[in-house]
Amino acid sequence: MNSALYPVAVFFAAIFTNNILLTNYLGMCSFLSVSKELKTSLGLGAAVTFVMAITTVLNWLVYYYLLLPLGLDYLRFIVFIIVIAAFVQVVEMIIERVSEQLYAALGIFLPLITVNCAILGASLFMVIRDYDLLASFAFGIGSGLGWFLAILAMAGIRQKMAKAKVPKGLEGAGITLIITGMMALAFMGFSGILNLS
Amino acid sequence: MFPVGTFLISVGAITVVSAVLALIMVIADATIGNYGQVKININNKKEYLVKGGKPLLGTLMEQGVFIPSACGGRGSCGLCKVKVLEGAGQYLPTELPWITEEERKENIRLSCQIKCKTDLSIQIPEELFNVKQYETRVAFLVDLTHDIKQVTLELLDPKEISFVAGQFIQFMVPPYELTDESVYRAYSVASVPSLKNRLELEIRLVPNGICTTYVHKYLKEGEKVTINGPYGEFYLRDSQRDIICIAGGSGMAPIKGILEDMAEKKINRKTRYFFGARSLRDLFLVDRMRELEEILPDFRFIPALSNSLPEDNWTGEKGFVTDILDRELKSGENVEAYLCGSPGMIDACVKVLTSKGVPEDLIFYDKFG
Repeated sequence: MNSALYPVAVFFAAIFTNNILLTNYLGMCSFLSVSKELKTSLGLGAAVTFVMAITTVLNWLVYYYLLLPLGLDYLRFIVFIIVIAAFVQVVEMIIERVSEQLYAALGIFLPLITVNCAILGASLFMVIRDYDLLASFAFGIGSGLGWFLAILAMAGIRQKMAKAKVPKGLEGAGITLIITGMMALAFMGFSGILNLS
Repeated sequence: MFPVGTFLISVGAITVVSAVLALIMVIADATIGNYGQVKININNKKEYLVKGGKPLLGTLMEQGVFIPSACGGRGSCGLCKVKVLEGAGQYLPTELPWITEEERKENIRLSCQIKCKTDLSIQIPEELFNVKQYETRVAFLVDLTHDIKQVTLELLDPKEISFVAGQFIQFMVPPYELTDESVYRAYSVASVPSLKNRLELEIRLVPNGICTTYVHKYLKEGEKVTINGPYGEFYLRDSQRDIICIAGGSGMAPIKGILEDMAEKKINRKTRYFFGARSLRDLFLVDRMRELEEILPDFRFIPALSNSLPEDNWTGEKGFVTDILDRELKSGENVEAYLCGSPGMIDACVKVLTSKGVPEDLIFYDKFG
């Protein structure tokens, strides 16, 4: 593929064909618990996108300039987690200080994101798939937007479903998982467009 | 051979990464996270100078002002509501599930979610100034009847509580079989306020009740229990009127507290205590009531059984407490009444009392479900 277009391809693939939530099933816990309302999922989705975009870049730098030269690539799990946690914490403090609106909309979701496996997953995929810095950034934003898209779609469906009669045993997480599965099937329809694995 | 070099490098790398990040966070905390000192004004009466940046609930607790909360500040119980006059900013999404439209208009906030970033002015019920959290130990557990347990708590930290006879405390139930989260349940204190180191509660087993099941099936002597309090407006008013007390079941507790307190303070007002029970096995503390009849100059304890069994050999009053009250109380003119029991019983008794001319604002009650 044309190398100038490669990050663009990665970006779109991360949203549609390789959606981190719908194909890798990562970041499920907050996806299930915060997808009841459009408004809150909007906040969480935006927070995930932002954090994912920045942490993939940070972790790319740490990985290629610190871990790999020292031969410590096996430490990437622990180092990535520390970087993500510290970054999220500092961002939360800044948002809280700077903007009340932004804090109310985004800030309170940040602690939730520290333990969101999709964020760590994005950093790990970027290593496994040998993305360069630009592609990693594109992948981070793309994955974040993909996750955003999935939770928005789910929140929309769940708001409609609030009045539906769900069989007793499937209420709550049960029906949500089934819908997630259906959404994943629908997203498979995109897979012919691009493929990146 | 053990790769010492790799070992040192990996430990070093993690240390350096963590140290750099920690340093960034320390700097961030001291600069962007530093809100300096803020003032918290409560009820326009007291003002506290506190370190800013932390949630209001915890900040107040450090100052000794205790807002009741069951979840300990995780935003999952919705109990720690306070009215914020100014300084809290806009509502956070974590608060909204707990706040009704009306509460929103009044600016009621969850104190565990809002942070003290600027000077705050809040309003809380006056009685909360005296409310504290206490660590206690179960000193005694006694079966009073087949379904009522007397629980005596010894206060460990703080060691003393000051309250008024008739008030209640909240008992914290830790997570167990019936609950995933700590919950609080209110129980009236049956002991006298002069006994500052001990609290006596009377807890009736309610089938599948979270707290009552815990107390009856799980709690053992010697175990630690967290409580907070005191709360409530149910206490003896200072007057020269005659006193009518009515209780059923574990409603005995606050009435007993009030009577014991009267005996201690030598309050010699004419007092009648009607106690409703189904049968003899539901009666308890009768001996203590008889003793109080000796101590108090004009006190009579009148237990009534609604469903006395043949083997009870009951010679006392039979029927519902309302009927006995209707017969015994000639005029309600010079009377004030203290009621504690189920909502059904209280509503029925209030009807009888008002029909006898007891003013409604002189009927005090604690309803429990």
